[in-house]
Amino acid sequence: MSFVMGLNPMRTTGIKQLLRHACRLVAAAVTVAAISQPAYALIELDITQGNVEPMPIAISPFAGSGLQEDVAGQISSVVAADLQRSGLFRPIDPTAHIQQGMNVGTMPRFGDWRTIGSQALVTGSIAQQANGQIRAEFRLWDVFAGQQLIGQQFFTTPENWRRLAHIISDAVYQRLTGEKGYFDTRVVFVDESGPKDARRKRLAIMDQDGANVRYLTRGDDLVLTPRFSPVSQEVTYMSYVGGNPQVYLFNIENGQREVLGNFPGMTFAPRFSPDGQNVIMSLQQGSNANLYLMDLRTRRTTRLTNTAAIDTSPSFSPDGRQVVFESDRGGSQQLYVMSSDGSGATRISFGPGRYSTPVWSPRGDLIAFTKVHQGRFMIGVIRPDGKGERILTEGYHNEGPAWSPNGRVLTFFRDTAGEQGGPQVWTVDLTGYNEQLVHTPNFASDPAWSPLLD
Amino acid sequence: MSKTLFARGARFAAVVAVCLVAAACSQTRPELTTGNSSVAAGSGQDFVVNVGDRVFFLNNQSSLDGSARAVMDKQAQWLQRYKNYSITIEGHADERGTRQYNIALGARRAAAVREYLVAKGIRPTRIKTLSYGKERPVATCNAASCWSQNRRAVTVLSGQ
Repeated sequence: MSFVMGLNPMRTTGIKQLLRHACRLVAAAVTVAAISQPAYALIELDITQGNVEPMPIAISPFAGSGLQEDVAGQISSVVAADLQRSGLFRPIDPTAHIQQGMNVGTMPRFGDWRTIGSQALVTGSIAQQANGQIRAEFRLWDVFAGQQLIGQQFFTTPENWRRLAHIISDAVYQRLTGEKGYFDTRVVFVDESGPKDARRKRLAIMDQDGANVRYLTRGDDLVLTPRFSPVSQEVTYMSYVGGNPQVYLFNIENGQREVLGNFPGMTFAPRFSPDGQNVIMSLQQGSNANLYLMDLRTRRTTRLTNTAAIDTSPSFSPDGRQVVFESDRGGSQQLYVMSSDGSGATRISFGPGRYSTPVWSPRGDLIAFTKVHQGRFMIGVIRPDGKGERILTEGYHNEGPAWSPNGRVLTFFRDTAGEQGGPQVWTVDLTGYNEQLVHTPNFASDPAWSPLLD
Repeated sequence: MSKTLFARGARFAAVVAVCLVAAACSQTRPELTTGNSSVAAGSGQDFVVNVGDRVFFLNNQSSLDGSARAVMDKQAQWLQRYKNYSITIEGHADERGTRQYNIALGARRAAAVREYLVAKGIRPTRIKTLSYGKERPVATCNAASCWSQNRRAVTVLSGQ
């Protein structure tokens, strides 16, 4: 049972095809003049430590030919902004660069870049193609070793320039940190407008840096808790369509929406399994909420918990074998881990306060949560065995963490008090450093990260 | 903020005044008149003004205390008398909790009200429940006085 919404669905298919095409071309690395110096002491950023000293990096404004001059400058600015916001890099102000006017073919004068303290350098060029596409080339240089670390080129349409920038940022991030990036991703969230006692809530999606906000629902119905599929351009969320709150599945590419299941009560708090083939959620049954699993192919539902309690906010481990959830079965909200068949639930949170909204890291080693204690709302992480609890941020109201696809960054929402107050989306590094506001047009809550796009 | 508080206070005072008049007249007249507005017995306004359409809960609780039970007793009597109404009980939570849990907590509060009405003889088929969690506050200040107004279950009439 599905129908097409009267909204503009996002047309990502074309983009994906283009970039897939581009990826094939990536293999054909740009050839560069051979560098005679031996390679030694290649730079690498160790991000396993708590407080990372950001690496000074220079992003030379990209050169653009003809129509693409502005776009070229914008691309290098977005790359610099991505790297800066990660907290792991400190882009050097381009006005301080000694060697100016570089393009992708210019050999760096490494001494000039060492003089301004830069450890890495990114150069690039954007050129207009006869078929209307643009060709983007960039290189990442190790300033101290005097070596090229990456040389890649991409072909895409000019409108795609922001994605192109994020893909370059991901390549730089991955080469220098050894971990996959998260810049070419999007975040689905709840856009909130209007007065506090009559909020209009719309499902919306944006690039991870807050750009390109688009609305997926009109705001006629209350929508909550959207979650991205880990494998497709689909979102599961809760909507009050027709005054009947249920979990829905929404296809971002074609705008189709369908209710999940035919449950005899309210369903809420949905989340995909790691293979994207199942949705786990809560079903309200009288005073109690229990966890159910729905197989998206067969549409069969399986009951996982059956207690006189509120069991909600389920989240799978990345191997799909376990589920973490919150329950007040012991008297107050606490975190529990059980097998994905519903057996063997074990409480893992024992600190003072109430624990809720657990979400398993894509790396599997940590579970993020919201903790409420003495009127303060915190975002923290804990190991699946219940040890190693760490609070990353705390204040009047922080809620609803979600992981970046590389498990390095958490996004969450922070609410402010009173009539004029409202939620905004923030990110914080796994280490608890580098809190960043994501600028949105209106108030925003319930952010959920997409997987890396492909 | 103080303006809203004042407005809210004024509204509350008006309701109290209406209730006092209602108490004085309800023995003799099925229809009550206060100033320019009239409250017809058996009307939605009658239910809100003379019975009370909502009950309140303690922090993180869903049990009905003495004053809540008194309101529910009046609701049950009224619904016994005016049998053509169906009702939706809307459960709510304050904003000092997390979203998903509050959805379930609001549902738990609505269920408590439902169970009470059923125990008082209201047919279950007349009753629907719905939870809005913390998404529909009526009081928006940052104070315990506002949060306590938001922890509520509201009985909404329909289908006369």
